[in-house]
Amino acid sequence: MSAAESAALSEPAAGDAESVARRRRLNPNLIIGALLVGLVVVLALVSFVWTPYDPTHVDAEARLAGYTADHWLGTDKFGRDVLSQLMVGARTTLFVGVVAVGVAALLGTPLGMLAGMASSGWVRELIMRGSDLLLAFPALLLAIMFGAVFGASTLTAMIAIGIATVPTFARIARSRTLQVMQTEYVMAARAAGRSRRAIAWRHVLPNIAGLLIVQASVSFAIAVLAEAALSFLGFGTAPPTPSWGRMLQEAQELLAVAPRLALWPGLGIAVAVLGFNLLGDGLRDRFDPQLDDRR
Amino acid sequence: MSMGEVRADQADAGRDERGEPVLEVEGLTVGLGGLELITELAFALGAGERVGLIGESGSGKSLTALALIGLLPEGLRARGSVRLAGVGHDLIGASERRMSAVRGRRMAMVFQEPMTALNPLMKVGRQVAEILLLHDTEPDRESAREAVVELFERVHLSDPERMPESYPHQLSGGERQRVMLAMALANEPTVLICDEPTTALDVTVQARMLEVILEGVERHDSALLFITHDLPVVATVCRRVMVLYGGRLVESGPIAEVFTRPRHPYTEGLLESSKFEESDADGRLPTIPGSVPAAGRFPSGCPFRDRCHAASERCTEWPGWTGDALRGFACWHPRGGDDG
Repeated sequence: MSAAESAALSEPAAGDAESVARRRRLNPNLIIGALLVGLVVVLALVSFVWTPYDPTHVDAEARLAGYTADHWLGTDKFGRDVLSQLMVGARTTLFVGVVAVGVAALLGTPLGMLAGMASSGWVRELIMRGSDLLLAFPALLLAIMFGAVFGASTLTAMIAIGIATVPTFARIARSRTLQVMQTEYVMAARAAGRSRRAIAWRHVLPNIAGLLIVQASVSFAIAVLAEAALSFLGFGTAPPTPSWGRMLQEAQELLAVAPRLALWPGLGIAVAVLGFNLLGDGLRDRFDPQLDDRR
Repeated sequence: MSMGEVRADQADAGRDERGEPVLEVEGLTVGLGGLELITELAFALGAGERVGLIGESGSGKSLTALALIGLLPEGLRARGSVRLAGVGHDLIGASERRMSAVRGRRMAMVFQEPMTALNPLMKVGRQVAEILLLHDTEPDRESAREAVVELFERVHLSDPERMPESYPHQLSGGERQRVMLAMALANEPTVLICDEPTTALDVTVQARMLEVILEGVERHDSALLFITHDLPVVATVCRRVMVLYGGRLVESGPIAEVFTRPRHPYTEGLLESSKFEESDADGRLPTIPGSVPAAGRFPSGCPFRDRCHAASERCTEWPGWTGDALRGFACWHPRGGDDG
């Protein structure tokens, strides 16, 4: 330890300063996660303006083409360009995550905050027991039910996955809300005459947002996996919209002939899931105040 | 001048200062289930009066403050009556909506811990401005911003023009506590409650903070309820003092009188233990034997009897109040004879 460091440590605020500095330093999780997620986002964005071919264009001449100059990642059994499908599939993947996480966060966060702040024990119990009930129900089963009732589509599947994720957000929001409600600044705000709604909006929400963002990232990864699984089962994205999960399903029967057809969408899913998970971990390191005490 | 005359003078000084009572507390009892944490508290504050509430940790000081402002922790119930001048209803049992209009406007509170009493994600000026807007003291954001600068000047914050743009982590403990005070005084409350406002501060900063508090309450003629366990601080800030033990008022009176002629053995013990020049042969300071029991474990009758050297059979019964609202005590065996 250098003299400067030991001098800094003797300052009472050194602990604070150090932890702030550590948080500010970009950690590898955050960088790698952001890069992987960025890759998926770029693929999706580029697909809006340019793809090598129309991803639904069937070219009977070029069925099951390998890696060629015309088709960089080859074609599938109908002669559709794999790279084009992969790029447009990235759009589906992101759409899926945004819908599922959006539904979960928009419903779960207010419910969790309510469960943490409501003066009526009745309301709190109702919310938390309801969320326990939902947690006990498998998400994929819920999505399949939704598909059966409202018609299988990416949107219904993802709304179902989102609803199944509501308890996760509600629980995190509630536990952090309980903590924040114990803090002196909430006490001081109440002593100053602020209403509950104002306290929720101005004091609680900004202070619990960090953890919720972390959870959003992790839930995003789960939603991507769920969509792939549902599409594989035929309850998710309906043809001909390209989806990584459906590409996998179509590649399955040709696994022995053309394993590359499974490789690329599989890689895509892996990159997206790993990316969002790492991003979540990285964000947690920066946002979670409790981590400071543990180290 | 004889001792008697001195006492009478000081007692009168204490009495004269009392204006119309602005806060009247009667039979305030705080309970948790069947457990009584505060029992039958009764006192009144006059306009502009400065009263200290002292006692060891666990004697119920902070709980009293929270009961007054209606912010008791969940599960605790208050009974009795708390009347505040200008408020048409009893504060005990008032709805959350009604209490919101009282808190921060008629009655304000400064908490002990300045480091955590401000929202870390909001600029301090904004936090104060919101209090002004909330109670319609200032009509719009622009005028509120100006009022904040003026408030910051009044609590002697350096650089009041720029300070409002700071986040709490950029301020020192003393500065944050001044911001808290500015917030509490923003709407010129009738009663200001300070719960150990200087305990978390550096000794050098403490004295200055006390001056700023005094200046603030004098300007608005606010009554001050000052909670502390620091006797010298009470002596500088307050004119009257109330001693709390085991959730009961055991003695009250003008500072000069209570501190020179304590009647309750507990008050006597508190005073003894704050005299640093008096140590025994081993260099140990005098202490009150035993320690404050956990909430609800106080003995029946006089709560102090298990630590009291004068305790007798009679003390198993609550002695009742001797004297009046301005000077009195609750003890079967008062110190210094039995004249009032």
